[in-house]
Amino acid sequence: MTSARGAHDSDIAAYRARMPRAFGPTPLARALRWIGAALFVAWLALLCRWFDITPARLERGLSGLWVILRLMIPPSPGDQWADILRGLGESVAMAFLGTTLAAVVAIPLGLLGARNVVVNALAHFSVRRVFDGFRGMDQLIWALAFVRAVGLGPLAGVLALFTAEVAVLAKLYAEAIENADPKQREGIEAAGGSRLLAIRFGLLPQVLPVMLAQALYAFESNVRSAAILGVVGAGGIGLQIAERIKVRYWDQVAFIILLILVSVALIDWASGKVRRRLIGS
Amino acid sequence: MSAATAGLEAAFLRRAGSRRLATVAGFALLGAALLASAWVSEAWPSSIAAGLPRVGEYFGKLVPDLRWDALLAGPRTEGSIAFWFYRLDSWLLLFETSQMAALATLGGGAVALLCCFPAAANLASNRVVYTVFRRALELLRTVPDIVYALIFVWAFGIGPLAGILAIAIHTAGALGKLFAEVVENADLRPLDGVRAAGGTWAQGVRYAILPQVLPNFLSYALLRFEINVRGASVIGFVGAGGIGQELYTVISFNYYQEISAILVLIVLAVSLIDLASERVRHAVIGRES
Repeated sequence: MTSARGAHDSDIAAYRARMPRAFGPTPLARALRWIGAALFVAWLALLCRWFDITPARLERGLSGLWVILRLMIPPSPGDQWADILRGLGESVAMAFLGTTLAAVVAIPLGLLGARNVVVNALAHFSVRRVFDGFRGMDQLIWALAFVRAVGLGPLAGVLALFTAEVAVLAKLYAEAIENADPKQREGIEAAGGSRLLAIRFGLLPQVLPVMLAQALYAFESNVRSAAILGVVGAGGIGLQIAERIKVRYWDQVAFIILLILVSVALIDWASGKVRRRLIGS
Repeated sequence: MSAATAGLEAAFLRRAGSRRLATVAGFALLGAALLASAWVSEAWPSSIAAGLPRVGEYFGKLVPDLRWDALLAGPRTEGSIAFWFYRLDSWLLLFETSQMAALATLGGGAVALLCCFPAAANLASNRVVYTVFRRALELLRTVPDIVYALIFVWAFGIGPLAGILAIAIHTAGALGKLFAEVVENADLRPLDGVRAAGGTWAQGVRYAILPQVLPNFLSYALLRFEINVRGASVIGFVGAGGIGQELYTVISFNYYQEISAILVLIVLAVSLIDLASERVRHAVIGRES
């Protein structure tokens, strides 16, 4: 028995010598792992110190949050039904107008940014980088700037949604155009059609369903954004939320949040129906 | 023969006519909706026409006064790049913003990691658990993070903590759904193997499912980190920390040059982080296949 066991152990030792990695990480890898873990914990601790995240503060905050949650139930619309509904309507209208304008303006921009339409590499590259720069800024930043430029109200929200969305849609359109099949355009050009005709009859029928679908997705996402733009004064239901949070009418805040959730779900559902009807899938 | 052609042509014209009618009706509907939304959002052509020059004027003021001869001079010379970016604290705030986003992604990702297995249809022990977890994640992600931030600023006080928690909660909901979908696509045979060898459900998840899904999880978490950096740059508008607070101040006080300096910094930082995280994502996904 001892001899058998000894042979067994020596076998294992031989295997371990031959294939050390099969028996777990090498000492170096293990050390690196420990160092990585230590660095991670140090980073966390440093951040907690910097941001003043202490258990006491978390506990106080959580108990405050619990009080707020209890005050939120039951949600109540308060006595300013009309304001809330108008805010909701404003949000949807801002999203619709901003997205439609962006979807139209993005078509020529998307053509400019597509590699197979604008062949000049430098022009194509710089147009794309400008789109990226616009997308790097959040809609709320645009909203804040437009509020300073054109004043408080939904117009600033429309402009903000438009500016932020036009870059996103232009990029998506450009990609759709680049992915289009070139044979149909070549056919029209070979039959003597001009460049414009080739784009109208060779390119547009291919990319239009994609563009429509993207625009509808953009509308859905913009309804969500338009709901909060009011926080910086750009109209819509966000203003109603911010005002009620300032005066701590938590039951009304909860009601408005629920109202937003329901409307967003409804609009997603309707937009999905339209999308399936328009592009068939 | 000619009768057949004529019939065909008539059918074609009828079809083309009905299509045209549908298109016209669609455009009429679109036009009516546009008019209605223009009326509600006070965006008449006249108000837009009145507003556009002011927009041009405002953004024109944001353009920094740079002079060619002094472009590379020190921060004390007016017209140099260094003078434009003289406020060093905005660099620090930018770093704070990125750290807020990182911490929020980490926290939200950890919650999502715990919730995604019961929220996956193929792993949840029963229908009730699955539905409860799915609905809870949906609730977390449909409320915008800035609304959470508005509420948390009351509970936790002004500062980065409220922003981090707000972004983390939204992230938990968004990532939890994506993670659960990845888990639903995982191969279940390794799990069967572990369970057959006597492993518990938790051991099965750890040793059979997690190795399959981890690369995708990492990739989604990095994508979310990019989104969260954008979110963290504006969450300060409501007092929840980061560079947004500073941006709000300089926009309110019309410090035009500083607005554009901070905006350029934000765009640069966001693009840099996007580029870096894209490389890491491709590396992570590439190693998997």
